Amino acid sequence: MTIATSLEDACAALAAEPGSLVLAGGTDLMVEVNRGSRSVEDVVALNRIPELAGWHLTGDELRLGAGVTFAEICDPEIAALVPALAQAARTVGSPQIRNAATIGGNIATASPAGDSIPVLAALDAVLELRSAEASREVPVTEFITGVKATCLMPGELIEAVRVPVLDGPQEFCKVGPRNAMVISVASLALLVDRSARRIRVGLGSVSPMPLRATQAEDHVSGHLDWDNGVPPRLEVVREFAELVASSASPIDDHRGSAAYRRHAVRVLAQRSLTRVLNRVSSS
Amino acid sequence: MTDLATSKRTAAPRIGEDTPRPDGVPKVAGTFAFSSDLHHDRMLWGGTLRSPHPSARIRSVDISAAVAVTGVHAVLTNEDVPGSLTYGLEHRDQPVLAADVVRYEGEPVAIVAADNPEALRMAIDAIAVDYEPLDPLVDPDLAERADPIHPDGNLVRRINLIHGDQDVSGEVQVEGTYEVGMQDQAFLGPESGMAVPAEDGGIDLYVATQWLHSDRDQVADCLGLDPARVRLTLSGVGGAFGAREDLSLHVHLCMLALHTRRPVKMVYSREESFHGHVHRHPARMWFRHHADRDGTIVRVESRLVLDGGAYASSSGAVIANATCFAAGPYRVPSAHIDGAVVRTNNPPCGAMRGFGAVQTCYAHEAQMDRLADALGMDPVELRLHNALAPGDELLTGQTITGTAPVAEVIRTCADHPSGASMAVDPMELPGGAGRTADPEHVVRGEAFALGFKNLLFSEGFDDFSEASCHLADGVATITSACAEVGQGFVTLAQQITCEVLGVDDVVLLPASTDGIGSAGSTSASRQTWMSGGAIQEACGQVRVQLLERLAAEHGVDADDLVVADGRVVSMAGGLEIDLVEATAEPIEASVVFRHAPTLPLDENGQGDAHVSFAFSAHRAIVDVDVELGLVKVVELTTSQDVGRVLNPLQTIGQLEGGAAQGVGLAVMEEVLVEGGRIRNASFTDYLVPTALDMPPVEIAALIEQAEPGAPFGAKGIGEPPSISSTAAVAAAIRNATGLDLPRVPVRPTDIVFPEGAA
Repeated sequence: MTIATSLEDACAALAAEPGSLVLAGGTDLMVEVNRGSRSVEDVVALNRIPELAGWHLTGDELRLGAGVTFAEICDPEIAALVPALAQAARTVGSPQIRNAATIGGNIATASPAGDSIPVLAALDAVLELRSAEASREVPVTEFITGVKATCLMPGELIEAVRVPVLDGPQEFCKVGPRNAMVISVASLALLVDRSARRIRVGLGSVSPMPLRATQAEDHVSGHLDWDNGVPPRLEVVREFAELVASSASPIDDHRGSAAYRRHAVRVLAQRSLTRVLNRVSSS
Repeated sequence: MTDLATSKRTAAPRIGEDTPRPDGVPKVAGTFAFSSDLHHDRMLWGGTLRSPHPSARIRSVDISAAVAVTGVHAVLTNEDVPGSLTYGLEHRDQPVLAADVVRYEGEPVAIVAADNPEALRMAIDAIAVDYEPLDPLVDPDLAERADPIHPDGNLVRRINLIHGDQDVSGEVQVEGTYEVGMQDQAFLGPESGMAVPAEDGGIDLYVATQWLHSDRDQVADCLGLDPARVRLTLSGVGGAFGAREDLSLHVHLCMLALHTRRPVKMVYSREESFHGHVHRHPARMWFRHHADRDGTIVRVESRLVLDGGAYASSSGAVIANATCFAAGPYRVPSAHIDGAVVRTNNPPCGAMRGFGAVQTCYAHEAQMDRLADALGMDPVELRLHNALAPGDELLTGQTITGTAPVAEVIRTCADHPSGASMAVDPMELPGGAGRTADPEHVVRGEAFALGFKNLLFSEGFDDFSEASCHLADGVATITSACAEVGQGFVTLAQQITCEVLGVDDVVLLPASTDGIGSAGSTSASRQTWMSGGAIQEACGQVRVQLLERLAAEHGVDADDLVVADGRVVSMAGGLEIDLVEATAEPIEASVVFRHAPTLPLDENGQGDAHVSFAFSAHRAIVDVDVELGLVKVVELTTSQDVGRVLNPLQTIGQLEGGAAQGVGLAVMEEVLVEGGRIRNASFTDYLVPTALDMPPVEIAALIEQAEPGAPFGAKGIGEPPSISSTAAVAAAIRNATGLDLPRVPVRPTDIVFPEGAA
């Protein structure tokens, strides 16, 4: 067990034992350990590494250390910069879980139901990866390669997440059969990017990998009146929702059926677009 | 002196006063010692190998590799069970360890004791069991026709209840088929305990349980030991709700401890716990109600099939309740209820809060709403019109001789003003923290439900509780084996003792099988009445002895003496003795308390089988996001027939907690079983209500009509809150959506795709 106190320490420990388990908040890892589905040999703990903590804003870019917790992301200062990410953070588990769970851990776990993933996908987030020898940058949509699978190399860890601060309202919605503390059955992030004149949409729990509803984005972005803010016809909103639903590739499992998941993202698409358009037209 | 005495009195509350639980703050602060916190310096860790198959033949079990694991002290199988190979609450039909077959997923096959949890896990993994998987019997409707999966057959019990004239029919008839999913008790403290071998060859077992003496007898039987050499002591219980009425790890722990001559501790994991205790019976129910045009019910017909899972547990008593109370607390002159509980290869089911009445309440209340609709009558009026009252007959032909303030319960609950406003914040709307709904997506619904069940054990069971009171130096020491599982007996025992004896110092000894007889089970809403009654009587006898002794000593009339404020005084004046002095020589009394006897049900399900009944009503207001199928329960209002409130604080707690379990069953709580396998054995996927799912519980009225025979007239209050709450919430969702919703829990897809599209 290495309790790393610097990024260098952690990378050195990982280089020495590349098969080590990386422990951040432990909210996913410890469940597996306690269940006995993961054996614990070497562990590198990251939660005392100052370089992984905290965030800062450079121009229009927000850089979040991989160790930033979801409780911290709920903070109004971050919420003002990336509202959808803060909304997603609030849906993560209980207060105790949000105090421990980190954004880096949520990405590295690479669950299709990871609550931050659809927002990060919609933001085109870039991950800074680091090992003893090298560092590289990978978009989050390429980092996650399948269900709980990533392109992280042995000895490598996530150092930070970079996301743009966009001009425009944002929405994150998540459907689950309980009103809090629930694993996502379907989720959707919808962001308005005024300067690029684009609506960005990320979907959660409806595909094995992070999913952007590109066709739906193209369609709706082309139909919006970006200059005068005149609301689009209801038909456009419906077509958009339909395209979002058809971009999903959900599965049936004990948490929800594929048909329900597809239906849910259609509803979320329509509602979240309506919400942001209302806000655009009222401002 | 007076000030001191006054402050002492405040610390020793009487009947009817708010009495906080002594374990409340420690539990919240994390300092309460649960049974999973037990520790012994020389202890070993025990664990269980469980069947991965819902049904299989065991060809062989090879433990050689497991025995060879470093740090392993014992690996035991069916062949090592010293006494009876089976146990059970009503029928001893469940193997301590599986022999030639396994009948449900998770059935224990072998047990291990090792130095540490890691060695334990390695040894369990190293046991080689050669299974021949069989097709599991998982459909309860097929059970009676299928080949028996157990020597005792697939029908655990059928009650064919026939009441009144069978040829009547009503002008208005409504019919419906209903289903209830498998609910789990979802207690927080998993099964855990420690067995310590004793020098006399016996065993001391420290365990979280509901009924020490029943456990003791079953354990002794399986160990082949004299019950006197098996001593059980209650350990810190983290919730029960029926799930600890059956044995779980008890015999296993004792076998390992006796074999190794070392203390052995065992704690189930959460996943294991879902396989390690019984659940609430899933039910399939058909009903036809007949009524006259004026709304008078003339006949109820019903068929009930409960899935008992692989072993009998308390299924026989559960189906009796489901059948006897199938029509609800209404006057029903004619009935035919065919109630059956069957054996399948699904997880075993048994006791859970509400015990058979929860399932049928959901169905009979849906029927009552349907009937009101068919008659064009207000649903509350229909219930009032048919409400049971003292002197009325139940479906069993039994006349209600005790209190039955059904109309009062209905009226007070229905008339209570609602404080529910419409939320604006998405967090407060259906979908909650997921922010999925805006107010325009939400439809509000409201509905009312009524329920009841029996208190105490029924059908001729010899139901008793023993307690003793020892009064010395002004301190009353109470001995009872009543299991405190969170229901609040510890405060009631103190309150009752203080009330009867006028003392301020009460010591309640730890509950154990040592030195006192059985208190019976902490179930059936019975302990306040039974063990409370035993304590009341024991203290009463001590009081009489004390006053007679003092009267003789001082040459006064005992009837002239009263105990109050820590002193014995004569009403005529002139005599005042401090209680501490008066009891320098101890006084003791021991009592076995029994309720009025009951009779078995006859072949038509008729007979005076029950002692007493408690009634409750709930009104639910829900917001439903119909498009997403998400529900927010906005408000629950309740009235309950309580006999008398002994501890107001605790009463509120029971009403809130029971309603929370009812809300859970209505909208989310279900053990998902597919092909005999549990799909959601975790609190990640077995969902219970959070603070955002559970509304405030408005208590419209606690109806206090003293119940004859009950201590201070108090009825048990633990179960009714979980009976009518589920029915009310489900009905409110029906009211909001216009859908039939013939199944609970109501899932999002039941609302979004009511035709079953997916």
